[in-house]
Amino acid sequence: MSGALDGLYQQLILEHAKRRDGEGLIDDFDAERFDRNPTCGDEIRMRIKVEDGIITGFGWEGDGCSISQASASVLAGIAPGLMRDDLETRIDAFRTLMRSRGTGEGDEELLEDAVAFAGVSKFPMRVKCAMLSWTALEGCLQQIDAGQTDAGQPDAQ
Amino acid sequence: MPLDETRVHELRRDFAILSQEVNGHPLVYLDSGATAQRPAPVLDAERAFLEQHNAAVHRGAHTLAGLATDDYEQARETVARFVGADADEISWTLNATDAINSVSIALAKANAAGGAEERIRLAAGDEILITEAEHHANLVPWQELAAATGATLRWVEVDDDGCWSLDDMRALITERTRIVAFAHVSNVTGQVAPVAEIVEAAHAGGALVVLDACQSVPHRAVDFHALGVDAAAFSGHKMLGPNGIGVLYLARDLGRALPPARTGGSMITTVTMEHTEYMEAPTRFEAGTQPVPQAVGLAAAVDYLEAIGMDAVEQHERELAERMVAGLSALEGIRVVGPAAGVDRSGLASFIVDGVHAHDVGQVLDVQGIAVRVGHHCAQPLHRRLGVAATTRASAYVHTTEAEVDQMIEAVAGVRAYFGVQS
Ligand SMILES: Cc1ncc(COP(=O)(O)O)c(C=O)c1O
Repeated sequence: MSGALDGLYQQLILEHAKRRDGEGLIDDFDAERFDRNPTCGDEIRMRIKVEDGIITGFGWEGDGCSISQASASVLAGIAPGLMRDDLETRIDAFRTLMRSRGTGEGDEELLEDAVAFAGVSKFPMRVKCAMLSWTALEGCLQQIDAGQTDAGQPDAQ
Repeated sequence: MPLDETRVHELRRDFAILSQEVNGHPLVYLDSGATAQRPAPVLDAERAFLEQHNAAVHRGAHTLAGLATDDYEQARETVARFVGADADEISWTLNATDAINSVSIALAKANAAGGAEERIRLAAGDEILITEAEHHANLVPWQELAAATGATLRWVEVDDDGCWSLDDMRALITERTRIVAFAHVSNVTGQVAPVAEIVEAAHAGGALVVLDACQSVPHRAVDFHALGVDAAAFSGHKMLGPNGIGVLYLARDLGRALPPARTGGSMITTVTMEHTEYMEAPTRFEAGTQPVPQAVGLAAAVDYLEAIGMDAVEQHERELAERMVAGLSALEGIRVVGPAAGVDRSGLASFIVDGVHAHDVGQVLDVQGIAVRVGHHCAQPLHRRLGVAATTRASAYVHTTEAEVDQMIEAVAGVRAYFGVQS
């Protein structure tokens, strides 16, 4: 199969899709979010715990394509232990990378394994898959700001 | 004349879009079930209309208005004849979804006002019967109607292959059943419904039958009078025709009984500040400016299909579907859903690749220029029953060749290895 595809499915992505780091919901959590990508049915449920502004717990459960699942696995290697502001910076960096339409490389300091997703930005139809867990995490952080734990709206479509 | 390879290659010359390369490979378009491509005669007809006759129809007295009205009504005649209906039983809609909503909303309206005619009365205790395989377009509107009237929505369940049976359907049709709505051909499984038998059972109890003909009218000869359905819906864009036009068939009696879902200009006889009188069907169901060039284009699509012959279309697609099912089923770790081999199915195959998500399957095919549909195909309950969030669907049409089907199968054969899934 062609090189174009290998740009999308980096070995690291395929590995993470199988490894599924951080899979499993944590019982002690401050925010929970369920998100779904209605066009392809990728879905994720994520729970996080935040203590003194630091992410101390992170777990997810999901179903979907390799890009969406690998992305959650990669995030599990990044989020725990970070200050929430730092995490937000990384979410923004990832979003910028995903919107780069193939021009961005991503800062490895900030994005760690997530730089493997740089190639996804060349496939506009797949950007949503890669973003799913990151936006779920962002939703969790917003919930904590709003002082609520709302599971989000299971998509009605 | 059968649709043999020579003829298919001749037809392909009419579809400019098919001659391009996608991702460095000749395009293999196997997504006609979602939207079909338009041949030159359809595009030409729309353009000729716009360049020569375009005007507002059914209003104004100038020459162009007359010519445009003639084209428009001629299109209705053509489409009506194609589906075994009379022209006054055919009204234009936006698409099939809009057509089904026109029925469900009209029924809600008629019953909200009270005093609905017996045939269209719906109340608490009554039942609307559908199947678990329905496209959301033929599911959600009925949920809404049930909620609006207090009626109960019931459904025939599907089996492990996503198919439902006539026996189960019959068992659920009772004296409480007021509406039976189902797809003539499933857009996911390709299962073909035994329409006449269901109509007989439904009518015996006084229920109306609403047929989602989206995947049948484009692909086989359909005669609504012969089938005996009360209402039917299909979309122009799935039958080589334009976007933005659909068709609602309402058998004459039902067309008289139903109120219009939408009201406004063009569908009235007399309007006072207190009250409005509506026109007869089909005009009463066509409020506002209608998709006139699209109607002309749709009639051209019908002419195109009739020139090929619907039996030839059906036969061609049956052969391609058998080829898909045989080729895909022979692959390790691939499960084709839908009717068993040998049972009637339309020209499509939806399948599950063990260990690989449909979205990833579609991606691997796309880089090879092969366009298939991945996802739940607007049939989430069906997919839930199949135990997957998404399937991959390849669907054929008149321009599809055996070589294209083989290319798709070969591409699918490489998918599991690419993702390192063990056999
Ligand atoms: C069986 C069936 N019903 C209804 C629809 C809805 O058609 P449209 O989106 O054109 O209204 C489709 C299209 O996907 C379909 O396949």
